[in-house]
Amino acid sequence: MILDGKCPSGPLAYKWSKHRQEMKLVNPANKRKFRIIVVGTGLAGSSAAASLGELGYNVEAFCYQDSPRRAHSIAAQGGINAAKNYPNDGDSIFRLFHDTIKGGDFRSREANVYRLAEVSNSIIDQCVAQGVPFARDYAGYLDNRSFGGAQVSRTFYARGQTGQQLLLGAYSALSRQIKAGTVRLHTRTEMLDLVIVDGEAKGVTVRDLVTGAIKTYAADAVCLCTGGYANVFYLSTNAMGNNVTAAYRAYKKGAFFANPCYTQIHPTCIPMTGNHQSKLTLMSESLRNDGRVWVSKIRGDRRPPHEIPEDERDYYLERKYPSFGNLAPRDISSRAAKEVCDEGYGVGASGRGVYLDFADAICRIGEDKIRERYGNLFEMYEKITGEDAYKQPMRMYPAPHYAMGGLWVDYNLQSNLPGLFVLGEANFSDHGANRLGASALMQGLADGYFILPYTIADYLARTKPGKVNTGRPEFIKSMEDSETLTKKLLSINGNKTVNEFHRELGSIMWEHVGMARSTESLTKALNLIPGLREEFWKNVRVTGSEAELNQELEKAGRVADFLEFGELLAIDALHRNESCGGHFRTEYQTADGEAMRDDEKFCYVAAWESKGPGRGPELHKEPLAYENVGLAVRSYK
Amino acid sequence: MDLTLYVWRQKGPDSRGRLEEYRAKNISPDMSFLEMLDVVNEGLIKSGDEPIAFDNDCREGICGMCSQAVNGVPHGPQKKTTICQLHMRHFRDGDTIYIEPWRAKAFPVIKDLIVDRSALDRIMQSGGYVSVHTGGVPDANTVAVPKSDADAAMDAAECIGCGACVAACPNGSAMLFTAAKVAHLAKLPQGQVESSVRVCMMTDAMLNEGFGSCGNHYECQAVCPKGINVQFIAKLNREFIKAQIKK
Ligand SMILES: Cc1cc2nc3c(=O)[nH]c(=O)nc-3n(C[C@H](O)[C@H](O)[C@H](O)COP(=O)(O)OP(=O)(O)OC[C@H]3O[C@@H](n4cnc5c(N)ncnc54)[C@H](O)[C@@H]3O)c2cc1C
Ligand code: FES
Repeated sequence: MILDGKCPSGPLAYKWSKHRQEMKLVNPANKRKFRIIVVGTGLAGSSAAASLGELGYNVEAFCYQDSPRRAHSIAAQGGINAAKNYPNDGDSIFRLFHDTIKGGDFRSREANVYRLAEVSNSIIDQCVAQGVPFARDYAGYLDNRSFGGAQVSRTFYARGQTGQQLLLGAYSALSRQIKAGTVRLHTRTEMLDLVIVDGEAKGVTVRDLVTGAIKTYAADAVCLCTGGYANVFYLSTNAMGNNVTAAYRAYKKGAFFANPCYTQIHPTCIPMTGNHQSKLTLMSESLRNDGRVWVSKIRGDRRPPHEIPEDERDYYLERKYPSFGNLAPRDISSRAAKEVCDEGYGVGASGRGVYLDFADAICRIGEDKIRERYGNLFEMYEKITGEDAYKQPMRMYPAPHYAMGGLWVDYNLQSNLPGLFVLGEANFSDHGANRLGASALMQGLADGYFILPYTIADYLARTKPGKVNTGRPEFIKSMEDSETLTKKLLSINGNKTVNEFHRELGSIMWEHVGMARSTESLTKALNLIPGLREEFWKNVRVTGSEAELNQELEKAGRVADFLEFGELLAIDALHRNESCGGHFRTEYQTADGEAMRDDEKFCYVAAWESKGPGRGPELHKEPLAYENVGLAVRSYK
Repeated sequence: MDLTLYVWRQKGPDSRGRLEEYRAKNISPDMSFLEMLDVVNEGLIKSGDEPIAFDNDCREGICGMCSQAVNGVPHGPQKKTTICQLHMRHFRDGDTIYIEPWRAKAFPVIKDLIVDRSALDRIMQSGGYVSVHTGGVPDANTVAVPKSDADAAMDAAECIGCGACVAACPNGSAMLFTAAKVAHLAKLPQGQVESSVRVCMMTDAMLNEGFGSCGNHYECQAVCPKGINVQFIAKLNREFIKAQIKK
């Protein structure tokens, strides 16, 4: 099937305003008759739930943590982009749009990205009005920094805790609506299934993680804001609980999954120390503003960094990409780090690491200024490694970080299933094959504050409120299926723990479907994953019972989904016979090792439809047209 | 290194809890405290026992989900460090470690080391916000905010809402938590409009949730993983008095 992204016609700059004029509205008195489910309370979910509540809709909001404030958006450090052009350095909506399209290696939708750039400025206004304490200059105005993949300073930040402050802003707006009674909050509750009635999304099945009770909720529309799936790699910069479950179970119910192979490996994370490692910690990319990346020019050099003289250091990013240098985009920086380590120049005990050195910056602007900019990051680094980065360079290595892929949505953020809307990292829409730094926060908040509240009305205005209730057979079946699955997981009582399976899956994914992929490696992964999955269902041990707080059971359900989803990711990666952004196929590279796209054959969104157990997924394509930027070879040299 | 652990085990909210003894063997100094517990849990599962339940998510010291007292100190021995960021290099071979949940009247135990902190959310719902609607706000640079005020607001806003302050306080008070939000918003022009209403609502909510009142012990600041300063409590008190005078 050829999919239609439903982008409005007309000139790029007028598409969104024209579309807003044309969309239907729900009148204020009718709004309170509609019930909307919002799963996830990160930046996307909190901002959406709060905005919908303010408009007068009845909202049911869910998250698996004990409070909305703990969603993993909280961990974003570096900042949020907007096209304010406050520094007067030549930024504009068009330039932000252009950078994002180019950064995404020409695999995203022009109309979506332009709209994102267009509403970016309103986000900053909104957050300041909420009391988000962004960094300011001495005149009292907002400060900006630059970020990878851009030559202007358009990133707003709140020390090294931008995500925290933005999320607390959205959480405060959400809290206000909870008090007002428009939003009902369900914490420690996990979505297990999407309920479809007559082809439309009308509810969810959830598990109360404290009592274990499985319940259903009916509504007029469902919004999934459940974050990304980088934990399919086991070790990633995501939180322990981040999962693909909500999105994947929607996929099993008919929602298309788009571009699952577009995963981002972040260049600056603290290297792992051993098998016990449970997660990897990101050090914000903003550090690359002042830190210089290098390795020794001598292979296997074991000298401590301060004993390696200047002329024996290889500042390889500055060497290979003179115009962007240390600020080259993430995919390029990550691969460059892997290359130098593969060639034997890596640093640290494991040899899987490169230096990120602040000595020059400390000389130039002083330790105090560096402390002011990145103090909390240096502290975090010290806690984890026991090393003082003011005195010696940090050691960094790439780690899985972000999912550009996600559920397929049209311009209205609606999936192919009517009534199902997908926001934030959980959708695929704006970042193409690679996301630029500081634009996920922008996208999550754009979706929640400024896009969904309009587009969902257009859907609701065409439906009758309260059409279904949980007494319908579809809800009863969904609840029974979820109960059966839970019981099954508990009954296996095998010999291996859930973590062991997750770790094994992670190592398959990282080895064969990670930073560099090939037909050979992907075929290997596709052989290994089904075997591991089969073993899981025979040999996993999940302790405890279903009628209580049971963290092993929670994990088991998530890992079961990763074991299926990992295969979908590899299938997508194998089908895409080109390299683009975060998807690097070793067969498709230029002589100097850069990604080689194939626009003739692959300038489309790959949206996969589940065909049920035992049958491969079916591919649908949404062709991508570039009318405002010419398809070009990305160059950061 | 090898360690002996005494861990609080409690089946459910209404069950009686007790400290159980466990051995943690072959612990690497590079492990985080929670990774050490992961190792213990893997062992428990393998031998058919139930693993120790504990809250955690980001494991990078920012979500505020992790909540354990180590040898009686919320978040353990290292200053300005959440338990998920505490690394085993701060312990020695042969150490005995006591691990317990947050203890406070307003934080009932759900299971093992997991407590219910929803009372903190309800304090926020009572007034921890600026009553602004989405849209219809001026350009972000319309109002200049002195850098010192913005920085002070940020100092207060860094609170991660973990509740260690409550667990450390002999009165089980949530004063530092509440004060951090009141001060953050009162420092900024955007928050000042509602600051009287806010301080009254939030203080009321705090008392209604069963938190004690502040006795100036300052244990809260000592355990706060973000080092939130008790001077914000003074700020809350000033805002409170101002609000009373206005009334
Ligand atoms: C360490 C780190 C640093 C980052 N730094 C930056 C940065 O500087 N700038 C930037 O722009 N981006 C950054 N990003 C990316 C950005 O933070 C995320 O992409 C973004 O915050 C995701 O927001 P979200 O609302 O989509 O999802 P999340 O914030 O992950 O929220 C997901 C929500 O869904 C809920 N949920 C998930 N599954 C279920 C389920 N099955 N049932 C019920 N609820 C569920 C969770 O409880 C949570 O509330 C960073 C990411 C990481 C990991
Ligand atoms: S787990 Fe997030 S702060 Fe410790």
